[in-house]
Amino acid sequence: MDIDLITQILFATIKTGTPLLLIALGEVICEKSGVLNLGQEGMMLMGAVVGFMSAFATGNLGLAVFAAMAMGALMSLIFGFLVLHLGANQVATGLALTIFGTGLSAFIGSGVIGETLQGFQPIIIPVLSDIPVIGKILFTHDLLVYISFVVAAALAFIANKTRLGLTLRAVGENPHAANAIGIKVLSIRYFAIMFGGAMAGLAGAYMSLSYTPMWVENMTSGRGWIALALVVFASWRIGNIMLGAYLFGLASIMHLVLQGMGWSISPNLLAMLPYVATVVVMVIISADQFKEKLLAPRSLGKPFDPRQMA
Amino acid sequence: MQLSPGEIHALLGENGAGKSTLVKSIYGVVAPNSGQFMWDGKEVEIKSPAIARELGIGMVFQHFSLFETLTVSQNIELCLSKAQLETIGHLGSKISTLSKAYGLNVDPDRLVHTLSIGERQRVEIMRCLVQDVKLLILDEPTSVLTPQEVAGLFDVLRRLSSEGCSIMFISHKLHEVTEICHSATILRGGKAIDTCDPRIETPASIAKMMVGDLAEQDAGYSKKIGTETLFKAEDLTLDSKQPFGTSLKHISFELKKGEILGVAGVAGNGQDELMAAISGEDGRKLKNVMWLDGKDISSLGAGTRRSLGMAYVPEERLGRGAVPDMSLAENTLLTHKVGFVKNGWVEWKAVKQYAKSIIDQFKVKCHGEFSHAKSLSGGNLQKFIMGREIGQNPKVLICAHPTWGVDVGAALAIHQALLALRDQGAAILLISEDIDELFLLADRMAAICDGHLSPTVHTEKTSIDQIGEWMAGTFINTNTHDTNQETAA
Repeated sequence: MDIDLITQILFATIKTGTPLLLIALGEVICEKSGVLNLGQEGMMLMGAVVGFMSAFATGNLGLAVFAAMAMGALMSLIFGFLVLHLGANQVATGLALTIFGTGLSAFIGSGVIGETLQGFQPIIIPVLSDIPVIGKILFTHDLLVYISFVVAAALAFIANKTRLGLTLRAVGENPHAANAIGIKVLSIRYFAIMFGGAMAGLAGAYMSLSYTPMWVENMTSGRGWIALALVVFASWRIGNIMLGAYLFGLASIMHLVLQGMGWSISPNLLAMLPYVATVVVMVIISADQFKEKLLAPRSLGKPFDPRQMA
Repeated sequence: MQLSPGEIHALLGENGAGKSTLVKSIYGVVAPNSGQFMWDGKEVEIKSPAIARELGIGMVFQHFSLFETLTVSQNIELCLSKAQLETIGHLGSKISTLSKAYGLNVDPDRLVHTLSIGERQRVEIMRCLVQDVKLLILDEPTSVLTPQEVAGLFDVLRRLSSEGCSIMFISHKLHEVTEICHSATILRGGKAIDTCDPRIETPASIAKMMVGDLAEQDAGYSKKIGTETLFKAEDLTLDSKQPFGTSLKHISFELKKGEILGVAGVAGNGQDELMAAISGEDGRKLKNVMWLDGKDISSLGAGTRRSLGMAYVPEERLGRGAVPDMSLAENTLLTHKVGFVKNGWVEWKAVKQYAKSIIDQFKVKCHGEFSHAKSLSGGNLQKFIMGREIGQNPKVLICAHPTWGVDVGAALAIHQALLALRDQGAAILLISEDIDELFLLADRMAAICDGHLSPTVHTEKTSIDQIGEWMAGTFINTNTHDTNQETAA
């Protein structure tokens, strides 16, 4: 393999890994606050269809991205109201949200199937993109990819270095104790859930406005689910999440590359590769059970009722 | 009730008398329905803990409200407002200064889950001190400490009091109240029924005020020494499954027929793990470490061990001892199979009757045998579980913290039931943090520290001081690995 091919592969790796990275970044914040939202796939699909339809109707990509994120946040708000205010079971509510989002996105998107539009175009960053190899791999993407870099870096900083990150961890670890020292547990959780929803919407918009600028039913093909697994295997650490997302991207690319190189493996088997490879590698990374239990938000998935005393 | 600066005031009452609710409303965790608080002569409304802290009220909770995966200084930082943080400047050095001034010995950079219970409590106190507290509320602070640690805590409290800080102190241990408190309010059924000066009262007279005239005191009980070994553990070593757990290290002891062996220790020193290993709940197959009646039971499951005549009363009543959402009758059925199931069908009539008999015998307050386990108060559920286990006529009963959070009356009933079982010839292992209870009930005693079990001694031949030292780990051979024990303050 020559250097050009490798550069190509790594470039495509980032492109393919980005939607997974975006949605996983949203979910990890949500989970750090102690809420498990299984509605990722549904929110992502809704983001994708709303983003595409807005862009199709107005031609304004910025507005389309905003609409997609707002849609994701709105969906997550429904989830938040059900699980935080009404104390509904988080797992069941999240599943329902995914089913709802899948159906609704197919329904409202039926009119734009087969339509195309001009999606996000690459922005070549001057100077940086001239760095050999790395410049091409990292700095010739479109706006949304750069946003994913910035968000990942910002979240890593917030989670590890700021009081907000500390508060988030406190709420996810022991909401009763957090409440007792005066942290507004429900507000923090609402905020985290909505951030997760907006990021899922953004990930959806990336799919339908940049990755493949069109709308097809179920176009996210399970990325919302992989993101959920990714967050767990990455031990809720932002760095590991990036690693896992790009690993998924690489494996997705490899199945095309291998086919191109004339390997006679069934394409169906190869299509499984990204899912299997991501899970296997992340399982190996997180094999230290002892450490994992330390990192997991201890009250993940457990409802918190401030009226009930610990 | 009122409190003046520098006063140490005790809140007393049985379980469910409303002590915790009262202090929680003072600290703003729960909102009162009516009434008012006056602070420094002005009426205040304490809507949240943040407001309470601004006024200068700090609280140390019964179940610690610390975040285990964060460091000490991060835990303290979370409680402070931005303005407070600015006035303090460097938090770590402030903690170190206060730590020295009050002899609290708290390292700001340690992760909380690596701290002992006593140290955690000192972190909570530190958390209040950092904010220049004027009223410090402590909810059962001594129930988790070794006697030496209690003495250390009282030194800190006296010092705070002499500096003008008021202290509100909840405790079930009346001799502590008479030792340290200047005044006391007694609650019953959510009402303040009496006040007294603990300095001129005795524990017995206060107990009488708390429970009314029915107060029947636990008197000394006669000790018995058994000869025939029923249960034996030898060199039991087991790694902890939990990251916050304690591994068991070379534990050996014998339980004799008609005798109670008491195991003292501060919570989190391996009691839960020991209990799980003996009951078979741990699930890992072992070999040649535990024998019942001469039979190696190390590899048997929990159910099989039960059928061989072992019974357990775990510390956690809801979830371990009983299924919260099942009725008392159904909970009975869980551990009693014999006689209640015929050809695969449950004989509900017999189950009901049996549950009823336990309720009557142990005076369990509930709405009948079909009340859900979770609807009972801690003490009543404990009486029921105790009755259920004793009703199996076990050869060996393993019992952890049987009277934890239980009021005086229920504790008495539980004590008498345990002694009656002993007199019938059962061997009992009693794990407790309440050292007075152990001295009252146990015929022989040992202490557990960091997964090591001390030698056993006859209760009459030892003293609270010796057991207290053992609880702090002085018996552990310092040559053995990883025993970086702190000597108790």
